[in-house]
Amino acid sequence: MAELTYRDAVAAAIAQEMERDESVVFIGEDVGAAGGVFKATVGLLEKFGPTRVLDTPISEQAILGVAMGAAMTGMRPIAEIMFSDFFAVSWDLVANEIAKTRYMTNGQVTLPLVIRSGNGGGSRFGAQHSQSVENWAMAIPGLKVVAPSTPRDVMGLFAAAVRDPDPVLFFEHKSLYSLKGEVEDGEILDELGKAATRREGKDVTIVALAAMVPRALAAAEQLASEGVEATVIDLRSLVPLDVSAVAASIASTGHLVTVEENPRLCGWGAELSSIIAEENLFDLDGPIVRVTTPHVPLPAADTLEDAAMPSASRIVEGVRRSLA
Amino acid sequence: MAITDRAEAPVAASTLQVLAPDGAVVPGARYPFELSDADHVGMLTAMTVTRRLDGEFVNLQRQGQLALYPSCLGQEAAQVGITSATRDNDWLFPQYRELGAFVVRGVDPAGIGHMWRGMAHGGTGLIEKCCAPITIPIGTHAPHAVGYALGAKFDGVDTVAVTFIGDGATSEGDVHEALNMAAVFQVPCIFVVQNNHWAISVPLSAQTRVTDIASKAAGYGMAGVRCDGNDVLACRVVMRDALLRAREGRGPTLIEAVTYRMGAHTTADDPTRYRSEGELELWRRRDPIDRYRSHLVAAGIWTAQHEERATETGERAAKRLRDEVFDAPMPDPLSVFDHVLSRRSGELERQRRQLARETGRDAT
Repeated sequence: MAELTYRDAVAAAIAQEMERDESVVFIGEDVGAAGGVFKATVGLLEKFGPTRVLDTPISEQAILGVAMGAAMTGMRPIAEIMFSDFFAVSWDLVANEIAKTRYMTNGQVTLPLVIRSGNGGGSRFGAQHSQSVENWAMAIPGLKVVAPSTPRDVMGLFAAAVRDPDPVLFFEHKSLYSLKGEVEDGEILDELGKAATRREGKDVTIVALAAMVPRALAAAEQLASEGVEATVIDLRSLVPLDVSAVAASIASTGHLVTVEENPRLCGWGAELSSIIAEENLFDLDGPIVRVTTPHVPLPAADTLEDAAMPSASRIVEGVRRSLA
Repeated sequence: MAITDRAEAPVAASTLQVLAPDGAVVPGARYPFELSDADHVGMLTAMTVTRRLDGEFVNLQRQGQLALYPSCLGQEAAQVGITSATRDNDWLFPQYRELGAFVVRGVDPAGIGHMWRGMAHGGTGLIEKCCAPITIPIGTHAPHAVGYALGAKFDGVDTVAVTFIGDGATSEGDVHEALNMAAVFQVPCIFVVQNNHWAISVPLSAQTRVTDIASKAAGYGMAGVRCDGNDVLACRVVMRDALLRAREGRGPTLIEAVTYRMGAHTTADDPTRYRSEGELELWRRRDPIDRYRSHLVAAGIWTAQHEERATETGERAAKRLRDEVFDAPMPDPLSVFDHVLSRRSGELERQRRQLARETGRDAT
């Protein structure tokens, strides 16, 4: 057992997979010599050399196109898009090419690749470097969408993503990079599509993702002091979506609150809520409440950004609304 | 008559040509003496078959059997000359107009027909012949080819990635990124620009201020070469050089094959709205098949018997296409859930059952 930061876990996870499988290569901007702008890939160039860790020109479309082409040769590329906001300049490759190749070739061409990216707000980077775009990815058939909340999950889910036969978008949360956590020794490999219950409580089910998980846990602590016991479910991936874990939980708590960092419209919580409303309505004893960032670009000023993103106190308020 | 830079203007001296439009060998040309008679017969047969099949595709679309078809009429020399220089394990990354390349590779026309009929996006016999899927979005496949070449270089596999793009695609951002990255990484990748002078209704002069697309290679630090795209031997010679460069680890090449789109952009387009009959007539006189046939007949390589056999082969291919495509049954609607991911997730399976229920189908 060792204590690792979330950013160290990223480097360790990439190293674990590159050591295990020679066909795993890593490509991106400033990922090698610089060790990544978030210092999440330090040491990989030294360890694996410039033929397996490639610093590229500033060319997001080419990075993803090259990763796609390399995957067609049987390699398992890991590509980095520095800020997930930059998916917008390379979305054609993601949405029209990578996501659809298996389908459009009747399964003949498969793309076992991972695109990892720094996602999310809380770092005062402003509207074009702070977005949570996991719901963009979720909207495209043919992609898997993963977003870990702990250093340990970074390891386990990343290994699963690299070994998965489908293209995976792996969203690392920028404000979690310095988070520390216990990580067991040896190889860690999880299964995609399994939610984790971070806290058990009988009164309400709070479902969260990535940086919203620690905030949901903080809210649960506050609620406990008021006599409300919350279950906190960490979804860990949006595709596949572990609906059954949520359904099983609300069957006993009767209340669902989702906590999303993405802007409100068409967020993953809306999808989850609609499934639960359609299939499990009679398990509910109160309204489903979605706590989200409002449908606004994220501001850069700390007070404004903090006000826009879901906080523990806003989550507490959301739970009270569901229970009222 | 000399080939032109713009559709109607005289030619640049730097454009490599082996055969003049009348089929005579151009004085001082780099004639590909390594080609055997059988090679020549194979190339002209492929061009003849391509033209016959291309016409059948258009007919089938006109009869409501295909959703759409982009004709390659007039571009047979560029496609056959380029592709016939490759090895069977060199990977082709086509746009959507490369029927000639598929004919050279021996791709079953029925599979291509099924694709244009909309029965399947793919899985129709291209991959088996080292041809990546047909790409409808413009230029997006150029970076794929760079990645393929990078993978090949990494694996030490002796294969070259060849991507076909058009003059219009050179205005796309991802093509620029692909060219730059291919040069930076010195990968075995060849960019073949079939400059057919028209991107739907936009003429080359409105696409770019340069008249010589091959000159763009200099900006990336890679080799650039321009050839007469209606001269199959010129195409073959420049491609042979580019392949050698790639195999020797000397990096990528940008080839501009100057040709002309004789047909519409696709069957959904009416080119009489934007270009003149006079321009078309000019290019009719530069027909690539007539030119090569004149040369091979004069050289005693192509006989009436060859012509007859090539015609028969084209008829057989067209018949196979028609037989396999006409009124071919459409797949089960529930098959849309297949191949979205490696296996159907719980959520996708739930949606599949729901669609089956809503449309009165059996989901088992």
